Amino acid sequence: MPNHQNNGNMRIGYYVCHCGHNIANQVDVEALAAYISKLPGVAVSRSYKYMCSDPGQELIQQDIKDHGLNRIVVASCSPLLHEQTFRKAVEKGGLNPYFFQMVNIRENVSWVHEDRKEATQKAMDLSRAAVHRVFFHKELEKKYVKINPDALVVGGGIAGIHAALTLANSGKKVYLVEKEPTIGGHMAQFDKTFPTLDCAACILTPKMSAVKSHPNITLWTYSEVTNVSGYVGNYIVQVKRKPRYIDEKLCVGCLACIDECVYKEGKYADEFNMGLSKRKPIYMSFPQATPKVVVIDPETCIQFKSGKCKQTCIESCDRGAIDLSQKETNEEVNVGTIILSTGYRTFDAHRVPFYGYGKYPNVYTSLEVERLINASGPTGGELILRDGSHPKTVGIIHCVGSRDRNTNRWCSRTCCMYSLKLAHLLKEHSGAEVYNFYIDIRAAGKAYEEFYDKVLEENVHFIRGRVAEVIDWAANPAEEGKLIIRAEDTMIGTVRRIPVDMVVLAVGMEPREDAQAVRKMFNISCSTEGFFLERHPKLAPVDTFTDGVFIAGACQGPKDIPDSVAQAGAAAAQAMMLVDTGEVELEPNTAFITEEHCSGCKSCIPLCPFHAILFNDTSKKAYINEALCKGCGTCVAACPSGSIQQNMFDDAEILAEINGLLAIDNSEFYEKEAIHVG
Amino acid sequence: MPEKPKVAFYWCASCGGCEESVVDLAEDILMVAEAVDIVFWPVAMDFKKSDVVAMPDRSIVATFINGAIRTSEQEEMARLIRKKSQFIIAYGSCAHMGGIPSLANQFSREQILNYVYHEAPTVQNSERTRPMLELGRNGTRVTLPEFRNTVRKLDQVIDVDYYLPGCAPTPKLLKEAVLALLSGNLPPIGTVLAPDVALCDECPRKETKPEDIAYTEFKRPHQVVTDESTCFLAQGMICMGPATRGGCEAVCTKGNMPCTGCFGPTSRCIDQGAKILSSICSAVSATNEIDMEKVLTTIPDPVGTFYRYGLAGSLLRKKIGSEK
Repeated sequence: MPNHQNNGNMRIGYYVCHCGHNIANQVDVEALAAYISKLPGVAVSRSYKYMCSDPGQELIQQDIKDHGLNRIVVASCSPLLHEQTFRKAVEKGGLNPYFFQMVNIRENVSWVHEDRKEATQKAMDLSRAAVHRVFFHKELEKKYVKINPDALVVGGGIAGIHAALTLANSGKKVYLVEKEPTIGGHMAQFDKTFPTLDCAACILTPKMSAVKSHPNITLWTYSEVTNVSGYVGNYIVQVKRKPRYIDEKLCVGCLACIDECVYKEGKYADEFNMGLSKRKPIYMSFPQATPKVVVIDPETCIQFKSGKCKQTCIESCDRGAIDLSQKETNEEVNVGTIILSTGYRTFDAHRVPFYGYGKYPNVYTSLEVERLINASGPTGGELILRDGSHPKTVGIIHCVGSRDRNTNRWCSRTCCMYSLKLAHLLKEHSGAEVYNFYIDIRAAGKAYEEFYDKVLEENVHFIRGRVAEVIDWAANPAEEGKLIIRAEDTMIGTVRRIPVDMVVLAVGMEPREDAQAVRKMFNISCSTEGFFLERHPKLAPVDTFTDGVFIAGACQGPKDIPDSVAQAGAAAAQAMMLVDTGEVELEPNTAFITEEHCSGCKSCIPLCPFHAILFNDTSKKAYINEALCKGCGTCVAACPSGSIQQNMFDDAEILAEINGLLAIDNSEFYEKEAIHVG
Repeated sequence: MPEKPKVAFYWCASCGGCEESVVDLAEDILMVAEAVDIVFWPVAMDFKKSDVVAMPDRSIVATFINGAIRTSEQEEMARLIRKKSQFIIAYGSCAHMGGIPSLANQFSREQILNYVYHEAPTVQNSERTRPMLELGRNGTRVTLPEFRNTVRKLDQVIDVDYYLPGCAPTPKLLKEAVLALLSGNLPPIGTVLAPDVALCDECPRKETKPEDIAYTEFKRPHQVVTDESTCFLAQGMICMGPATRGGCEAVCTKGNMPCTGCFGPTSRCIDQGAKILSSICSAVSATNEIDMEKVLTTIPDPVGTFYRYGLAGSLLRKKIGSEK
């Protein structure tokens, strides 16, 4: 065996876990244990039904005592699952917890191989590699860092609001950063909420004001996070505060300035009302906007465009709150934990042109309809179409931009329920006949199916089939002046034409356009569809792969209000858990630079994804901030002079593992290299 | 008068520059000649193999062997000298790491002979003659050394005690090595007799390397007017400095040429080429494969660039049974 630094006292304990039948069915565990027992340095080699159980762990501890073991190898499941368990067991047995190596023969072997003989061979190879490796394991120290109790919440929709309030109510200081001039998010745009038909504003605005008035919450609207550095417990966050040209401290939201603006009527598309109404250059998104502070849009304000406005708004403000010279400012805050609740965007209906959005004025998206039927919406809640008419028939098309191979494959989860809600509300507002075109009705929430039943009883029509197109080409006099929805009715097996006055497209939920940029800034991952990726889909749904960064709400995937709120609470609880622990244990697998070896070539510095490598201008050498290092190994591989080493992954350990895996004996290798061809 | 320590020099597969570098000692060579007894130095003095065979084993204190091992003769002589010497010093890049000759390891013996004796445009060989190991004619028998399939560095053939790196080693390092040998103040066996820090440490251009380098293309020295004081990497030229042991006192970068890596890697690296590759390629600004390909095509000869002196000892072609 090559390169063994066995100064006569290497005593390895090897344990192979049956994992019930999970491993034992596919791997001959007895043969495996017998094989490993013959390797150099191995003092004990056993198999056991459940190594992670208490008796399994005690077995290790007893063997350490009885046989004087000084290295432990366990072949079982993924280290993600039980590495900590076994390290603790090894530590309890009196050994340094890093004199341990885990071999994954479940996910990597028994679950993925069908041939028992080959699976057993692979398990032997992997175990042999680990046995070779532990010879070179070193004693390492655990390290801890303190957690800053303050938290950052990014995104002030319902998820961010709930997370911020939960943290603030438990006494933590929270910075809530929202990019729009007001918090509230999409929920503030909704009319009523399914299945209870609570008015969205009625249940949301009290929480919005609670955020504004909470002594523990610093609310920064019209602001964006521009940079994040640091590490769990100690993040440094830069926040850009865009100028709203209004002094937030002075404005009381009396709206006199809006009335006095030189524009007598609104002229520019109102974002909050989805462009269904017009606003002035000085505006407030909606009456309950929080903070209750107006904002000036420099893109449309005459003074900003030409400098030749009478500035009647400034005169009208008796508090002198308007300040056109306001500049962008930057804030820097230190926080220990971060919750991302940046939400979603709705599917752009222009991407399915056959449904006529943008072509026929009476085709609406669901979010537009939410505004249209809202009492504080552009029509005061009266259902008046773009052409001024009142619809007598309405068609709601489900799954627009969802469950569709051409656009988005996922189910957006909320559209069935909000379509049922809109069907109910539209009927209630206008008495119109309402048709729902659906693939399946997914009503799998508490009281959702009951709501579906209720809407069915209200004589809303349901046609099961995907809509082919929306056209205005009348085939008979009854269709004149109508929009015709052509769809297959799979219940009766025929293609139908339904003439309607109004079409509602139930658009799906998508990752925000800046999701990738945000992901990079906070150093987390996205799933293939672009939503933020949770650490584990079942067991760590609000954690991310970056410690101290949590996700909540629809930025993680399509979600309705109850689920968003539940996740926000969970994320807040996870953050609090970290804060209340006070400190966090760092993995010791960090990299370090030996100063006398470093040539100061700076090759490593730009490569570190965590900005952990710095240049010492006095010694002209690089050094690594250990607390920032995540042990990714990038710099270790890239250091051109091999002057960066990484704990638990130094060359000796890795090469021993490779040699063990390939069963290479170096001396023999060089002989073979020298074979000559005559 | 006590007997002076015996020293020898030998030359295997190399260009001869290493032999010249001994003469580069200038006046100091007199000091060396004064202190030692040179018992074998085919390039400068008349000795025969039989003289060496006749020497008692380990009677030479130190032999400096330059050049890689390609032929059976070189191997035979290396083994013979090993037997006669207390210390073997691999002298220069070829003995140390395989050097330029080992770039031929990209090709098989057959490919090389075929090109050299048949396909090269300057060759006229209608009878398709190839060198033979042995030829008997008119009662005489002549032999040629065997041309082996691979070029090996010296320590792949015999045990080597110390290494003097460089193409060629600098007089300063040679002088220090000789003085160390004479004084008996020797480092552990296997040491490379040069500093163990990369070249950047002593390069006068070090200060000018930015922290946030990102390569969009690579240029070769003949394609641009090189700035005389800025880091070559910052100018978009491949410089092996970060992956190469210092000790040459930055002769090339001071002469306005990038480092080509002749001193080899530091003791902490297994493969110099792989190291500089992973370092440089991680800083290529392109983020997708097509753009990366574009940047990398500006390095027309990657093996000759990154493994110029180290192919014999590198991880490349290290597959057992790859000899074809």
